[in-house]
Amino acid sequence: MLFDRPRAVNVDLQTDATLQVDISDALSERDKVKFTVHTKSTLPNFKQNEFSVVRQHEEFIWLHDSFVENEEYAGYIIPPAPPRPDFDASREKLQKLGEGEGSMTKEEFTKMKQELEAEYLAIFKKTVAMHEVFLCRVAAHPVLRKDMNFHVFLEYNQDLSVRGKNKREKMEDFFKNVVKSADGVLVAGVKDVDDFFEHEKTFLLEYHNRVKDASSKSDRMIRSHKSAADDINRIASTLYTLGTQDSTDVCKFFLKVSELFEKTRKIEARVAADEDLKLADLLKYYLRESQAAKDLLYRRGRALVDYENANKALDKARAKNKDVLQAETSQQVCCQKFEKISESAKQELIDFKTRRVAAFRKNLVELAELELKHAKGNLQLLQSCVGVLKGDT
Amino acid sequence: MATSSERSPPPFPEDLEPEPDEVGDQDSDDGEDIFLGTDNPLEIKMDPSLSASDITSSTKPLSEASSPPVMDLLSEPASEASSAPMVDLLMEPASEGSSAPMVDLLMEPASEASSAPMMNLLMEPASEASSAPMMNLLMEPASDDLKEPPKPDIDPLADIINDTPLSEGKTPVAAMPQEPPSDLFDDEPSELFAEPRQSNTAKQQQTSIFDEPDEDLFSEPLGEASKKPQNDFFKEALAPVAKASNVCGPLSDNYNEQPTDIFTEEAITTLPSAVSTVSVNSKTNGVHSDEEEPDIFAEATVELSLDSPRNDRKKKEAAKPSASASAPAPSVSASASKPQPKTLEEVQYITLEEEVEDKFELNISITNPEKVGDGMNAYMAYKVSTQTTLPMFRSKTFTVRRRFSDFLGLYEKLSDKHTLNGYIVPPPPEKSIMGMTKVKVGKEDNSSAEFVERRRAALERYLQRVVFHPSLLQDPDVREFLERDDMPRAHNTQALSGAGFLKMINRATDSLSKMTIKMNESDVWFEEKLQEVEAEDQQLRKLHIMVDSLVGHRKELSVNTGGFAKSVAMLGSSEDNTALSRALSQLAEVEDKMEQLHQEQAASDSFCFAELLADYIRLLGSVRASFDQRMKTWQRWQDAQNMLQKKRETEAKLLWANKPDKLQQAKDDITEWEAKVTQYERDFDRVSATVRKEVLRFEKEKARDFKKQIIKYLESLLQSQQQLIKYWEAFLPEAKAIA
Repeated sequence: MLFDRPRAVNVDLQTDATLQVDISDALSERDKVKFTVHTKSTLPNFKQNEFSVVRQHEEFIWLHDSFVENEEYAGYIIPPAPPRPDFDASREKLQKLGEGEGSMTKEEFTKMKQELEAEYLAIFKKTVAMHEVFLCRVAAHPVLRKDMNFHVFLEYNQDLSVRGKNKREKMEDFFKNVVKSADGVLVAGVKDVDDFFEHEKTFLLEYHNRVKDASSKSDRMIRSHKSAADDINRIASTLYTLGTQDSTDVCKFFLKVSELFEKTRKIEARVAADEDLKLADLLKYYLRESQAAKDLLYRRGRALVDYENANKALDKARAKNKDVLQAETSQQVCCQKFEKISESAKQELIDFKTRRVAAFRKNLVELAELELKHAKGNLQLLQSCVGVLKGDT
Repeated sequence: MATSSERSPPPFPEDLEPEPDEVGDQDSDDGEDIFLGTDNPLEIKMDPSLSASDITSSTKPLSEASSPPVMDLLSEPASEASSAPMVDLLMEPASEGSSAPMVDLLMEPASEASSAPMMNLLMEPASEASSAPMMNLLMEPASDDLKEPPKPDIDPLADIINDTPLSEGKTPVAAMPQEPPSDLFDDEPSELFAEPRQSNTAKQQQTSIFDEPDEDLFSEPLGEASKKPQNDFFKEALAPVAKASNVCGPLSDNYNEQPTDIFTEEAITTLPSAVSTVSVNSKTNGVHSDEEEPDIFAEATVELSLDSPRNDRKKKEAAKPSASASAPAPSVSASASKPQPKTLEEVQYITLEEEVEDKFELNISITNPEKVGDGMNAYMAYKVSTQTTLPMFRSKTFTVRRRFSDFLGLYEKLSDKHTLNGYIVPPPPEKSIMGMTKVKVGKEDNSSAEFVERRRAALERYLQRVVFHPSLLQDPDVREFLERDDMPRAHNTQALSGAGFLKMINRATDSLSKMTIKMNESDVWFEEKLQEVEAEDQQLRKLHIMVDSLVGHRKELSVNTGGFAKSVAMLGSSEDNTALSRALSQLAEVEDKMEQLHQEQAASDSFCFAELLADYIRLLGSVRASFDQRMKTWQRWQDAQNMLQKKRETEAKLLWANKPDKLQQAKDDITEWEAKVTQYERDFDRVSATVRKEVLRFEKEKARDFKKQIIKYLESLLQSQQQLIKYWEAFLPEAKAIA
């Protein structure tokens, strides 16, 4: 399936002419999605000014992980990795549709198929958009944009031969995560000396939970909205059947109403889709972004704890007058690390807030405008239809 | 055309499509050529019509004299269903073959843009004073069609037109065969013969009415200007003109784009003028309201097809339709005879129907559902208020309290009495043990309040349907139900009572016998209608399920929107940017309102739409019951015939065996069974007629109900969209204020 130029709608990013990245094209093959990553740059370390490469989801993950693992970037909010393309649900439905083909009328079948295709297309668009947002965020980041791996990712026109993680690695990851979250609780318990970070910590903790809640609620809301739209669609097709088999003059009436419902359900589906795009995706993105910010705070907290431990060790060493030099170095290293993280983290968190406010503003304004547009369209349809029907009677 | 569209469901196959083109071709030239064109097809198929005209011509003079003997003569062939060749001959083509092609040919152009010229073509000659050729031209088509139903490939229209001014032009003989043609549009040929059999007064009624609708029809295509000459001519040769106008009426109708509507509209617009200019029969004109006109026409189809209208009621109704579809022989004499005032009954009937149409005369509302008693013996009582100006009620407004089982009881009574005759008795809402138990237990939650309201509305609609029915309104039980203060408790309405069990068994046996009866349907109309009803039932059920699911999803949406609103409010409270925090709490408010909106919408989905469908699913059940009733009466008639056959055989055997002692007994038996057969056949005809009329009435009601309710529903949708716009418009500046 071809898809052209999805727009990253979620996050507001400052664009910079020196490095512009987008996904110009995407191709869905079975369970893989191939993204064509298109780069335009004036930076000297690229061979050309404009080039495209084909990348898969796993390569995006690899890039993200390489950022996370890089100690250098400990003080930055690592742009959250895009979620895995998930076509399973709609594919399953498509299969079910195929099985149920015999039991449905032709109209119903085409209707269902259209619905599913629309759904599939929506997921596809979303996937592409999420991946693009990730790249744009990286490209807009003052430090990460200079990363070597990123440049390789953008420029190297062959397969990066990244493989998915195997079972052992996955187990390790899982274990690491457990340790990390346990550690996170421990670290979070430590009172921060800096009021800014203390405040950010409490804020992010709460914010993350709430955004998570809002995100799942919005998903549910949108899902039921979609189901309602689907119902309207089916009602329209049944009305159509009624209209065609009726011999009295109500048939015209039925057909007219069916036509109306056919149109309103499209609008209704659009409303749901736009809410999904403007609201649910925004919330989902900030769910991940706030998680990334939390991770940053964790890293800083960890560094702080290390620093404090190093201080204690140094005090102990001084008291015992043993290994003082070694303790001093390690204390200095920890101190440096902590300070470096603190310094960049402060700016990152401030940026995070600015970005967030801007993104919410943009999306909420767009949402309201779209809602208005759809409601007005709907209203107009209804008005004209009611007018016609009343004229008829 | 109202009639044909109503009656012949989808017999417009593609194979007739070329016709409109040909029609279009013809339009271009002047009519004359066309008229003179192909004589051949006509000649080829002349025989049936000839024979028909023979038969009829013989009767003609008699009928002109309008003497009783004529009627007998005419009635005889008609009454013996199978024996009358004439009837067969006329019936068959009209009802089967010919109706389809004819309708086709008429319908098809209707949709075409080229319809107007055709109409002109037909109208022009008409408006010219040279009426004779026109008459022929218009008359012929009908007869022609009749003759050659099975040949759709020759352009029937051409035939119609070219066909003979030559032959029967003005002779009454010609008039006769043409008659059925106009029936083409509705197959009343039988009626045409049956009609004379009626009593003298009946005939006169009929003729009296005859003038008026005819002229309406007439004036419609011809236009006001042409009315004068027409009228003169009308007097000269009333019958042919009548026929001509009839043919002309439907034709022109069909050429219009919207057959049915046009008919109604035009009838409305043209009627008054017709009344003023014609004034042949002011009485009738006065009685028929404008609005009723289309109605009459619709009913015409029903009644006209009666093989033999027998009871008073039907006579009256038969009279009306025959008027619109032009009466045959009697019309000639009618032109001479003075229009007679209608019988009292008739007038009453018509006014009654008008009132019911208008519905201003009788308003029923059900209010104040109230719980009476406690525990499991508790029940809901409803206030039934009636406002009426009908003289049959004692006062203008009155109120009674009724409980649900009273409504069921009313239905049982009505159903027992009227279903037998083929009436469609509106069914009450179903018993709901679940819902009622909830109410009884006294849970004051949303769902039980909703249940009560839903039931109240359903009962109201039920009762309105009952009083809306002209025959049911006359039932003393209905009056008693509305008026009497202390209603005896209805029995046997409990779902789980012994009587309920008996009913269940009865129903089971009924459906069993239904399966065993194999009726070879003689009337295509019934067969097609039944199929239609069944298909519709299926679709409505499906639709109902879907609307229910929509209601479910909408409720779910409402709940989820509420949940989301809360989450957003929380998110807003934890957001540390003030403007964003404010915007988020505003969003939460918007979502809160949306929750309300969705909930209201779900309620109107359910009340306006789902309930309507549920009503009609139940009503279709009643429609089917009336079809079943017809089948049962048919079965009884058949059984009686078999019995008679057996008796005759017995008689023959006895005769052969020479046993005179038993012979008398056998002869008595035969007479007895002959009487029964006649009786049952009459019953069957009567039930058939009623069913037909009822179904048409039902369809009209259905159309009205659906239109009303769905428009109401759409308006509710419209309102919620307006609210939505308001909410988001208020929100937009808030979103923009985020900085």
